[in-house]
Amino acid sequence: MNLSPIKTGPGEIRSDHKVVASLVPQGARVLDIGSEDGALLDLLARERQVDGRGIELSQEGVNRCVARGLSVIQGDADTDLADYPDRAFDVVILSQTLQATREPKRVMSELLRIGKEVIVSIPNFAHWRNRAQLLFRGSMPVTKYLPYEWYDTPNIHFCSLRDFVALCHELDAKVDKAVALSGKGNKIPVNAPWWVWNIVAEQAVFLLKR
Amino acid sequence: MSADKANSAATEDLKASEVETPSSKLVRFSADEALELDSGVRLGPWQIAYETYGELNADKTNAVMVCHALTGDQYAASTNPVTGKPGWWSLMVGPGRSIDTNHYFVICANVLGGCLGTTGPATQNPETGAPYGLDLPVVTIRDMVRAQARLLDYLEIDTLFAAIGGSMGGMQVLQWAVSYPERVFAAVPIAAAARHTSQNIAFHEVGRQAIMADPDWRAGSYIREGVRPTKGLAIARMAAHVTYMSDESLHQKFGRNLQDRDHLTFGFDADFQIESYLRHQGMTFVDRFDANSYLYVTRAMDYFDLAQEFGGSLANAFKDTRTRFCVMSFTSDWLFPTSESRQVVKALNAAAANVSFVEIESDRGHDSFLLDVPEMFQTIGGFITGAARARGLPAPGEELETRP
Repeated sequence: MNLSPIKTGPGEIRSDHKVVASLVPQGARVLDIGSEDGALLDLLARERQVDGRGIELSQEGVNRCVARGLSVIQGDADTDLADYPDRAFDVVILSQTLQATREPKRVMSELLRIGKEVIVSIPNFAHWRNRAQLLFRGSMPVTKYLPYEWYDTPNIHFCSLRDFVALCHELDAKVDKAVALSGKGNKIPVNAPWWVWNIVAEQAVFLLKR
Repeated sequence: MSADKANSAATEDLKASEVETPSSKLVRFSADEALELDSGVRLGPWQIAYETYGELNADKTNAVMVCHALTGDQYAASTNPVTGKPGWWSLMVGPGRSIDTNHYFVICANVLGGCLGTTGPATQNPETGAPYGLDLPVVTIRDMVRAQARLLDYLEIDTLFAAIGGSMGGMQVLQWAVSYPERVFAAVPIAAAARHTSQNIAFHEVGRQAIMADPDWRAGSYIREGVRPTKGLAIARMAAHVTYMSDESLHQKFGRNLQDRDHLTFGFDADFQIESYLRHQGMTFVDRFDANSYLYVTRAMDYFDLAQEFGGSLANAFKDTRTRFCVMSFTSDWLFPTSESRQVVKALNAAAANVSFVEIESDRGHDSFLLDVPEMFQTIGGFITGAARARGLPAPGEELETRP
């Protein structure tokens, strides 16, 4: 169920969730894709009073979400977004899931179609630790944030932050805000140039508009 | 007269009295308050029998309509006067249950066409003074829901906090959300579908033909003639009962076990436990259900196709809905499979509706919604509590609002 390797203690709020929550307007109509156990939707309902919906791949995750009073359906980002009408949501959120989709580009354009704003958080494959593992050990990186071996990873489409921004340009999406996070979940100063982010950021959160 | 026959006659009398003057609550509507049916007929006078559990709050915002399935009744959480058995959904509805009667005012009405107090084919036709039999107009799921809406008017309840039900009950829930979207805050269709499939119509037809082939059916006028098509009705129930279970649950429960014998008898007695079980199911069913009701209610399910009046588009049926939905299915249900529930979810998504969808792992087939399936109770309890929060109702576990 838990696609994201980012673990938190009980009651602790994930750093990327905090960043996402700060980007969501009060009372917005939100679709959260990859709801996992509902932690983000719950946070958004409490702190942003959103009208939230979720899609989660694992039935176990869905049942947990619904049992805690969240509106979540079992579904797949690759196939089930087509059902939603254009601009159905104020904000569509895809957390730490894009790299696990079969067709990230198509998923991205669906997100931009059904949401007036899109928030995407992704792990940065070009983080220096990954680069170092590939360069010096000559093997696929396995880190705290990318804990899977190459043969059992659900993550099939990795990109660097730079790659992601390039995809956004290709889809005519404007990057309204971007927040890069270090491994400890600290924000990396905004004035740092892109190539710095692309090396030191372990993950990043993007706010996109069309 | 043998003791068995005397018992059966007593049950028969009890059931007959339940048709006109049920043990439950009852509202009678006069001919002037007729019900407009889908068939174009105005039905009146007519009556609806119902039970309630819990207290209606001052704002009348905590009413929950429980819709029963094909052979269910209004006794969802209280003893059935015919069988003496506990309510069919006592596990779901009651104090501290998922539908907590300490917090919600639960209404459950016998469906139109039924046989425990709401107008049905066994009810007296005011024009003839004899039971309607086949003179009762064919009713639909929408007619059943219309009747419930009239009951709600009578109770002066504007909006349901929730409508919930399994199988045909789930069909009614969906119809409620489509016919009266502004009157349903939350809807929970369980093990249901937006239309009855060809396969399901086929099974119903087998059941109906079994009833009609019984010489004691007498073209539907058996009550007048003092007989009952018990064999036909029992066979209908046996065939239907198989569809409510799963291959796996049958295998686990009965396997190829023999009934009270060590060897096959090379005859047509009930050698196998499953045969004996089915015969028992058929025999006990005829004591509590009317054969003509079985024809009418199965027909209502067959006619159900929610998208039909919306140009075949289910999404249009739910257009602009503000109802919160929780759609639920069971992995081993092959009568109302998950794919049918998914169609509903897909349409709700296309209408950008507020929807949850849960498939519950269970090997007990379609009947799972009636059984002790903890994950179902948990999920529905959670959904109801979340909806209560959204509705501004004190949810279970939270302080009840005190009113001056």
